Amino acid sequence: MSMSPQEIFEVASPAVSDPDATDQHVEAGQPITRGRLILRRFLRQKSGIAALVVLVLIFLLAYFGPYLTHWKFDDFDQTNILTGPDSNHFLGVDEVGRDVYARTLKGLQKSLVIGLVAALVTTSIAAVAGSIAGYFGGFIDITVVWIIDLLLVLPGFLILAILSPALAGKTWLWLVVLLAVFGWMVTGRVVRGMAMSLRERDYVHAAKFMGVPALTIIRRHLLPNMASLLIVDVTINVGGTILAETGLSFFGFGVQPPDVSMGTVLSDAQPLATTYPHVFMFGAGLLVLTVLCVSVIGDALRDAIDPSSGSSRL
Amino acid sequence: MLKFIARRFVNYLILVFIATSLAYILGSLTLDPRARYEGRNPPISEASLHASLQERNADPSTPVLTRYGHWIGGVVHGDFGKQIVGDEEVSTEIKRRAGVSLRLLLLGTIFGAVGGVLIGVLGAVRQRKPADVASTVASYVLLASPTVVVIVVVQTIFVWIYHKGGPLIPATGEYNSNLQGIEFWTDRAKRLIMPTMVLALFGISFFSRYQRSAMLDVLGSDFLRTARAKGLTRQRALFKHGVRTALIPIVTFFAYSFGLLLTGATFTEKLFGWHGMGEYLINSVQSHDVNAVAAVACFTAVLVLFSGLLSDILYAALDPRVRSK
Amino acid sequence: MTVTDKTLPDREPAGSPAGSPLLEVSDLTVSFGSEAGPVRAVRGVSYTVRPGETLAIVGESGSGKSVSSLAVMGLLPSSAVVTGSIRFKGTELLGLNDRRLSKLRGSGISMVFQDPLSALTPVYTIGDQIAEAVRIHQEVSKNQAHARAVELLDLVGIPNARLRADSFPHEFSGGMRQRAMIAMAIANDPDLIIADEPTTALDVTIQAQVLEVLKKAKEATNAATVLITHDLGVVAGFADRVMVMYSGKSVELAPVDEVFYTPRMPYTMGLLGSIPRMDVEEKEPLIPIEGTPPSLVSLPSGCPFQPRCPIAVDLCRTVEPPLADTDRPLHWAACHRSLEIAQRGWSAADVFVRPALPPADASLPPVREERDVVLALDNVHRAFPIRKGAVIRRTVGSVRAVDGVSFDIRQGETLGLVGESGCGKTTTIMEVMNLLEPQQGRIVVLGKDTGTLKNSDRRKMRADLSIVFQDPMASLDPRMPIGDILAEPMWVQKIPDERIKARTAELLQLVGLAPEHASRYPAEFSGGQRQRIGIARALALDPKVIVLDEPVSALDVSIQAGVINLLDELKVRMGLSYLFVAHDLSVVRHIADRVAVMYLGRIVEIGTTREIFAAPSHPYTQALLSAIPLPDPVKERSRKRILLSGDLPSPADVPSGCRFSSRCFVFAEQLDAEQQATCKGVDPGLYELGGDHRAACHFAKVREVV
Repeated sequence: MSMSPQEIFEVASPAVSDPDATDQHVEAGQPITRGRLILRRFLRQKSGIAALVVLVLIFLLAYFGPYLTHWKFDDFDQTNILTGPDSNHFLGVDEVGRDVYARTLKGLQKSLVIGLVAALVTTSIAAVAGSIAGYFGGFIDITVVWIIDLLLVLPGFLILAILSPALAGKTWLWLVVLLAVFGWMVTGRVVRGMAMSLRERDYVHAAKFMGVPALTIIRRHLLPNMASLLIVDVTINVGGTILAETGLSFFGFGVQPPDVSMGTVLSDAQPLATTYPHVFMFGAGLLVLTVLCVSVIGDALRDAIDPSSGSSRL
Repeated sequence: MLKFIARRFVNYLILVFIATSLAYILGSLTLDPRARYEGRNPPISEASLHASLQERNADPSTPVLTRYGHWIGGVVHGDFGKQIVGDEEVSTEIKRRAGVSLRLLLLGTIFGAVGGVLIGVLGAVRQRKPADVASTVASYVLLASPTVVVIVVVQTIFVWIYHKGGPLIPATGEYNSNLQGIEFWTDRAKRLIMPTMVLALFGISFFSRYQRSAMLDVLGSDFLRTARAKGLTRQRALFKHGVRTALIPIVTFFAYSFGLLLTGATFTEKLFGWHGMGEYLINSVQSHDVNAVAAVACFTAVLVLFSGLLSDILYAALDPRVRSK
Repeated sequence: MTVTDKTLPDREPAGSPAGSPLLEVSDLTVSFGSEAGPVRAVRGVSYTVRPGETLAIVGESGSGKSVSSLAVMGLLPSSAVVTGSIRFKGTELLGLNDRRLSKLRGSGISMVFQDPLSALTPVYTIGDQIAEAVRIHQEVSKNQAHARAVELLDLVGIPNARLRADSFPHEFSGGMRQRAMIAMAIANDPDLIIADEPTTALDVTIQAQVLEVLKKAKEATNAATVLITHDLGVVAGFADRVMVMYSGKSVELAPVDEVFYTPRMPYTMGLLGSIPRMDVEEKEPLIPIEGTPPSLVSLPSGCPFQPRCPIAVDLCRTVEPPLADTDRPLHWAACHRSLEIAQRGWSAADVFVRPALPPADASLPPVREERDVVLALDNVHRAFPIRKGAVIRRTVGSVRAVDGVSFDIRQGETLGLVGESGCGKTTTIMEVMNLLEPQQGRIVVLGKDTGTLKNSDRRKMRADLSIVFQDPMASLDPRMPIGDILAEPMWVQKIPDERIKARTAELLQLVGLAPEHASRYPAEFSGGQRQRIGIARALALDPKVIVLDEPVSALDVSIQAGVINLLDELKVRMGLSYLFVAHDLSVVRHIADRVAVMYLGRIVEIGTTREIFAAPSHPYTQALLSAIPLPDPVKERSRKRILLSGDLPSPADVPSGCRFSSRCFVFAEQLDAEQQATCKGVDPGLYELGGDHRAACHFAKVREVV
């Protein structure tokens, strides 16, 4: 049984899932700020810290790693086609003479940036659309839910593939926009659900009865109370968008040459994967490790913010 | 209950219609069928180019909405137009390819959902025991991996098995037309193993995560405590009252997971050389074939519709609170 | 701190048959790990239960009363560390494995939980769940078990048991679910039933029904009962013996009369003194217990009650008193000064300080009719449409939540609006607070009709009309510091920042908090303090009228008194008028000048507080008043309850004629056919009964029920 002790005390517990409400009994009387508490709980989770350390190392590698070699990602070394790792080419050379190490790190940089920015934009769209729909209800809600349902009927991959020819020759920022526009629905739904339940909280009623305008209520009362969900969501979306971008770029629907991303790196290397694993495995491993770290951090963060979600969702 | 399902069905139908239309219009705006003809050697005359495009309802000089009207008129009668390259009808191609994809998706979903639910339940019941930790770590890693990587790893493993004296499992192609009779079918079944496995692995990691967390929600519930207070042991209470209740939220993920699997199937088909709908999508986008792209979108939307409807029905079957609505 | 063997209360409890004890709990401790350190939820509790007797365990939130009984059932989470001994019929239960405990659970000891909705599995029918309980412990066929389930449902008073057995939990009302829980608990003829707050979530008239069923179940099985509750009224009428718990310890253990009439522990005395009494008319300020229960993580040294105890001496601050003999037999108390209390004959009023109320505002005209009307509702209606249809949704009916409500509140007056859940009182105040034109009827605030307000006027009017909510956890935004929470109404009215700052400090002092608290967050305050903050926010703009929506019902008894006193004081000092919505009639009797009783969207009786309580004339008012248990065992034993049949009808399907007739005991037992036809045919208006007193009954007659 995973009941927390607080639940067992006869707390006249209102039907709230608010993390603060459940903490109340333990914390009462000993002022400790919420931020410090979250930090403390986060720091106690070894997996989360380990993932954070690894992710920082990956970032350092992506941005400072290229300076360790004199090869650039678009250099061709015709003398060393498909050679394995050595001191000249740390991770060997691919079939046209490009340095695998330099190329992978270049791709990693792009994928990390796209993942981060797209995740932020995705969650922002979800937060705004979801909270407005949930708070106002009625016609606005019906419309937003319809848009969400519609976008869920067609997998984002398909739409982005269709739209990809329009990306040719444009900056990768357009890809970020598209990833966000077609990726916010699931979070949007969750945010809407939360907004609907927060709308019935007494403190929102109180604000309404004071005459606080609706948009101010959303900004001042709804969004801050969803902050924990949104933060966790950004982390989860980082992993999701990195994978989505990789998938699209793999088929040439995402980042366009001469830009390099993990998708194009893997795409180039895939035909050689079983015969010359070194060309493929370094990039693949780094990518999996990155997304893995991000999702472990996301889970640790969620547990730190809301321990009642069970230290063990996954 | 029936009314509830009926209402959902109508709702889905409208969504499919709009989604397909949207896909067609977006495709018409971004894809450039002309490009397929222009670069040819010997060059095609402007007149015959124009005629070809006209015939395929893909002439950029015709307004998009006019083309759309023409197209939708055909779709109602099951006519998705002609492919941009060659003289093949899109619907003929679809008939050939749909079965290939469906087989893959169906098997992947069934293995994925059943396996995922089982592993999720066991994980929650044996929380933090080695089996739980192992399955948790495995699903974490799988969910962090692009499909390409999983495919390559699976292929590498089978190659290794072969080198260790195991059976040869062909890594590409759906069947070998040189074989006859029994041999043809056993070969075909063997070729099914790897792609199905890749899809099922994703399904399992996805479903086991949600099932486990739904189970953990149930673990702390009051009704489980009541069941134990009646005299059920922890295990029996969990299996009789816990699993049944925890299945309810999972069902809603079913529809959502289908979309994910479709994307996974695209990679699988492409990399295993199966001529399915996913591969068709990639090829048609690359060849700027508007008609084919829109048809694939329609096919996808209909699939999502059916999985959505199925999860609605399952939901109502599992939860009496929905049924009485 | 442990209880020594010598003081173990193992002697014969009064009035119970001799014999070996059924349940012996000794030196039980339970602790949990937490962020802030181990939470010592139960710290050395010992008690016995003999066959057939009823032991009530009373205490406030966090006193450890539920945890100690879950420990008996072996249902605590694995993170709990339990020590001591729990013997049932001589067998030690602590340390038994799940399989062996399961054999005992449900057959030897069974349990009734508080919230019957979440406590029943949503996906199985009620009948199946009861039948399952039967089949776990008895070798019977499926059909036999189902037949037994129907029998049990019939026994606990579910009408049409055979049919209703196939219903799912969500199709049952709260009262019926609790009956089903009781049926499940007695399915295997247990020797001991543990009832954990079995009626807390229920309305009073339903509570009366369920307590009756519990009594019947007890008789049918002859089981001993442990009743866990915070409601001293329930205890008075139900228990043979009482154990009072505070901070994880048992602080007083005695037969029920002893606890109520000769308490020997200041905490018990304080509890009894702090509850408003429905049977007492005079309006004296309540006696609050200052402070809040200590955190279970950092207990004070010595007696845990010592920081709140006015008669604490140095010894109390250093040594925790054990549960020890008092001057009276079979009566144990954990207080160093219990003998002194006995010798001096101290009562709650002697130990605690009764605060003084400021004198009433002399500038107000003494006659009600001469004072201004600050809030008036005239025939207000509010209906919610019910929509149906597969594709196109059409309206097929409506829930008449508020169905013609009229009342007025004059300056300096408190109107208590009472009724059970679903009667429409919350919808009524929402209509008032929205300041919009009602669907039908008129709402007039301070002389202005809300239907004719312009938006800017409406915003200005919000300064004169404010609200305090029930749940102090939910009414304050957890992400905002207290200062901002108090400032928010002033921001809306565009008051300059420096004035807001000064006002915030002033408000905090007004409700008994310190100005430094402004920078803290709600989570750092206790329930009572948060409710004070909620009140401060309502006062921010110097309103004329405050709507109080069950402002004390979520608070513990000892905290309640302080908040009620504060409300009383503020009303006098600031000339406020209150619309006080509540289901607790004792609180209403204490605070209200006039009372309106609501049933199914209508006011069925309205009058001065004195008239309503001393001369209730509507059968519903009478039933409501008689259902409330009094914290007085002798009175309780002699009282006859008017039990209403069934549940509240759905407001979507209001009975014809008099809406109460379907549950009315007068209609069913005392009227002839012709009179019944009147009730069924004619919707009674609010008939005048003299003075201000009106009741919506064709056959209104005064009955004394308190």
